[in-house]
Amino acid sequence: MSLVLEARHIEGGYDLGSSFLKAVDDCSLYAYEGEMLGVAGESGCGKSTLAKLIMGLTKPPLRLVKGKSIIDDIDVYKLSWKERKKILWGKVVTMIPQASMNALNPTKKIKDVVFDVVREKYSTPPSKSEILDMAKKRFDEIGLDPVALDMYPIELSGGMKQRAIIAISTLLNPSFLIADEPTSALDVSTQKLLLELLYMLIKRNIVKTLIFISHDIATLRQICDKMCIMYAGKILEISDTEDVINRPLHPYTERLMESVIPLMPSVRKKTLKGIPGAPPNLLNPPSGCRFHPRCRYAMPLCKEKEPPLREAKKGRFVSCWLHLG
Amino acid sequence: MNMKEEALLRVENLTKIFRTGFLGKGEKIIAVNDVSFFLKKGEVLSLIGESGSGKTTIARLILKLLKPTSGRIYYEDTDIWEMPDKAYWRKVQAIFQDPYASFNSFYKVERTLKNVFKLFPDKISEGEKDKKVHEALEKIGLNPKEVLGKHPFELSGGQMQRLLLARCLIIDPEVIIADEPTSMVDASMRVILLNIFKELSKKAGKSIIFITHDISQAFYISDRVLVMYRGRIVENGPVEQILFSPQHPYTKRLISDVPKLHEKFKFTLT
Repeated sequence: MSLVLEARHIEGGYDLGSSFLKAVDDCSLYAYEGEMLGVAGESGCGKSTLAKLIMGLTKPPLRLVKGKSIIDDIDVYKLSWKERKKILWGKVVTMIPQASMNALNPTKKIKDVVFDVVREKYSTPPSKSEILDMAKKRFDEIGLDPVALDMYPIELSGGMKQRAIIAISTLLNPSFLIADEPTSALDVSTQKLLLELLYMLIKRNIVKTLIFISHDIATLRQICDKMCIMYAGKILEISDTEDVINRPLHPYTERLMESVIPLMPSVRKKTLKGIPGAPPNLLNPPSGCRFHPRCRYAMPLCKEKEPPLREAKKGRFVSCWLHLG
Repeated sequence: MNMKEEALLRVENLTKIFRTGFLGKGEKIIAVNDVSFFLKKGEVLSLIGESGSGKTTIARLILKLLKPTSGRIYYEDTDIWEMPDKAYWRKVQAIFQDPYASFNSFYKVERTLKNVFKLFPDKISEGEKDKKVHEALEKIGLNPKEVLGKHPFELSGGQMQRLLLARCLIIDPEVIIADEPTSMVDASMRVILLNIFKELSKKAGKSIIFITHDISQAFYISDRVLVMYRGRIVENGPVEQILFSPQHPYTKRLISDVPKLHEKFKFTLT
């Protein structure tokens, strides 16, 4: 399996005038061909920022402080902003952001959106008929009738719109797709369709690797092979999905799983616990492990020294002193 | 009917039609279509449905923020439109999806919380006000010192939503309508909020209408569930009954399509 993403010791954040908010602190992430990687964490944990830093979307006030991101053998930060726009985004890596399901311009036919997208990426763009052929092929692969190209967004159903957006964003054959909370505003049935679409993109080799960012673990687990749990700008755990869910190592992961409401009648008689307290202020994070003020197993060491992210068991990485004896 | 007699709030044949276009001559949208249900004292009743199914319109109708096209709502056998607004709102209060929209962002939290005393007919001393505010905050697990002097933007969504609940508790209504109160809150805080609602109904005897699109949350806190689809109630019953034998295709789809932690969807690629 070849490595598609190699992000090493990424550190970055936002300039806030007098101070700097470090939203992502020393995060390393690898993704191989054919892999679907889920990034989970609660709001403000840095998951979206990490995604932006990985693909080089460092638009001020966002800034990379340290680290390296290599996607498909391209060193992202060796490229200028203009070069990233020309050769990286859309062609090597694409992001599907949160509000993307409403991203289609209502006054434009789908094919006109397609023309715009393709033309923006080439100094000498292919002819209209060539672009149309490309689009038809991709629409077919994704299971959307190419007649949709001649329609306005309003004429498409919700499911067709989703397919159109996915088809357009993968038109230039990026190897790496980042989906940032694409399902969060959708009802469950539309959500399921989107999950199926993303799953299909990998299984049919339309994209090589997928990173799926979400706060909803039950959604992530539906398609992700591996999961990465983030908290307060740090990666706390990376393991296979089944392990993360059934045998979590990090106390934060454990509590996160306990916060998920299972859909069964006995749930009414249960009292789920949640996680008391709030995530730390990133301008002034706690010493040692960032989760220690909320952790039920905290030891003196946790306050003093930050645990590194290490392989505690085979294939299971965790950053917690309980497992790093 | 026996059930109806003990009902605190009764909704009968409620219909709300919105009209679009100039002077309402355009299309008719039936947001709520002949809906009837009741709410008992101390009960948590969930309204489940997808966006556009009419759940929020029902909330707004019950809160007297909208006039129904037809149908009636009774509070303890009095038509709510015959009750003075302030008196009604001391009995029926609401919490909405976006807590930041419910607080004036220029005011400190303390001022917003104390504004609720305007709903009361009698004059209340400052000392009494302080006491009530502190009591309410402590009940929902917020430290008054940490939140009262702050502006809304300095607080997290979970804290804000709990402040809204505190505001509700100061008023001490009989009915709380919670419209998607947890949708802007993280999972770890979500269950904590839901637990507060549960306690309010079980310990303080409050009646709660919980509006959500998330079927697991509804099942976690409700005694009874109403499922809405396109303005109509298509399912009405206790949680167990609906989970085990859903009748309407929409409810069936809702239950099968919700992602579950210990179950994986099986996709067959076509």
